Amino acid sequence: MISEPLLELRDVHKAYDGRRVVDGISLTLGRGGFYCLLGPSGCGKTTTLRMVGGFENPESGEVRLNGRVVNGLRPYERNVSTVFQNYALFPHLTAQGNVEFGLRERRLKDCAAQALRALQMVELADKASRMPAQLSGGEKQRVALARSLVLQPELLLLDEPLAALDPKLRKQMRTELKRMQRQTGITFLFVTHDQEEALSMADQVAVMNAGKVEQFGTPEEVYLRPATRFVAEFLGLVNWFGPVGVRPENTVAARGGEGLAGTVEDAVFLGNCMHVTVRLFDGSTVISELPAQGALRAGDAVKVRWAPADEMRFP
Amino acid sequence: MKLRLYATLALLFLHAPLLVLIVFSFNSGKFTAWEGFSLRWYAAAARDSQLIDGLWNSLLIAFASAALATLTGTLAAYGMWRKAAPVLSAGLYVSLITPEIVTGVSLLALFQWSFRFLHLQLGMHTVIAAHVAFSIAYVSIVVSARLRGYDRSQEEAAMDLGATEWRAFFRVTVPYLAPAIAAAALLALAVSFDDYVITSLVAGVDSETLPMVIYSMARKGVSPVVNAVSSCVVVIFGALVLVSERLQRR
Repeated sequence: MISEPLLELRDVHKAYDGRRVVDGISLTLGRGGFYCLLGPSGCGKTTTLRMVGGFENPESGEVRLNGRVVNGLRPYERNVSTVFQNYALFPHLTAQGNVEFGLRERRLKDCAAQALRALQMVELADKASRMPAQLSGGEKQRVALARSLVLQPELLLLDEPLAALDPKLRKQMRTELKRMQRQTGITFLFVTHDQEEALSMADQVAVMNAGKVEQFGTPEEVYLRPATRFVAEFLGLVNWFGPVGVRPENTVAARGGEGLAGTVEDAVFLGNCMHVTVRLFDGSTVISELPAQGALRAGDAVKVRWAPADEMRFP
Repeated sequence: MKLRLYATLALLFLHAPLLVLIVFSFNSGKFTAWEGFSLRWYAAAARDSQLIDGLWNSLLIAFASAALATLTGTLAAYGMWRKAAPVLSAGLYVSLITPEIVTGVSLLALFQWSFRFLHLQLGMHTVIAAHVAFSIAYVSIVVSARLRGYDRSQEEAAMDLGATEWRAFFRVTVPYLAPAIAAAALLALAVSFDDYVITSLVAGVDSETLPMVIYSMARKGVSPVVNAVSSCVVVIFGALVLVSERLQRR
């Protein structure tokens, strides 16, 4: 027996004021994974998420949860929960009150005990009686997560939840979120414009551009075997040699040997590696990522080469 | 220092008449010459059945119209916020700047026209309806100001967690708006109690309000009883407006 996919989008469209924000998206998510919608701002990823959450309705196409069409169902009629970008905590309720909110709406028993357990999971049990205004950004986010997870939704939607945190905390929360996903077994669907975030957390990434999914695959697939030029460039630097693209880490610049001749224009030390900018004789520049010890300096004559296996080609 | 002095002078200029009024309400004499401290005018006011009836009418009208206007005005503000309706919001200000006499005459015309179909006449209900009509703008403006800082995702979060639209409104939006709603209700009380022009146009024989009674007394000749009653009104409504201000700042 083939199990139903958890979430299925079939040719979903949505326009605002005549602008097609989501322009025919189809996507299938299995159960229990960490999925990511990745794309630049305005690519339709948040709108897609909001249609799954029930805050927007598609103009055409179907959103299916467990095989059932949920178009037109209200947010409270779907077993899906959202962590909002600004957390949207209720300012008049304590951290505990926020986490209890959904339990009370469902008229469940032991709301207080369950809420406290959820706060323990996000390591905030000691701040249960604080008001949102008395919590830091990271703590607010944990409360928002606990508030959703305590309801054990089938699917947790996260709308750029790390965008408002400082860089150090952001990296820490990536590991946290991964841990929570594994621990709870709940499917996470995460929206971000940060490719590093997507690559480091997701099991599968849907790269979006202009209202469409350009590629859906594992982080390795989308990074190493991008389906389109857009995907290749959005996920990292690309050196273009005509129709062929090569990542800087696969582009070798050396004083001797075979390759395209060029001159080193700039060499930037980045700690664990160097980024060497080479101007080729046709006037274009390429970047080569080399070990930090390689002592190339501006003005050096070099040859640039790469292995055919590392070529990315697009029609 | 100088600024403080100017501010004090300006306030003094503004409130000097009120001070004179309050001081002479405690005068034992009948005229505007100090003859000694006395509460006799307060006692006289308490015995004046016309004044007492007016006070009860005013209070009844103020509470009834404030309650209705707070409800409708809050919902109106919420509706305009949800639908982002700038034309309707501008309409609120039109209602504020319309001269009272125009509002009064137009309400009177409306009531009299409606009496051709309804077997009613001017009375308490028309005064309450008129007060609701002009209080809604005040309520909506106060509540709208608070809604401007409200994030729609709060309600979305509530619905996401299982609340229906109504429950989200009552469990999340209303608590957020509570200080503004309370302030708006107090303001509605104050403007209703205060009103003379519109009320006198749409009142019936049974619905003379306190301002109407005071006005008719003052026209017959200045009685210190008027001073006593007016002083009470000033103090009570001064306090209401102060509380309303405080609540709005929360």
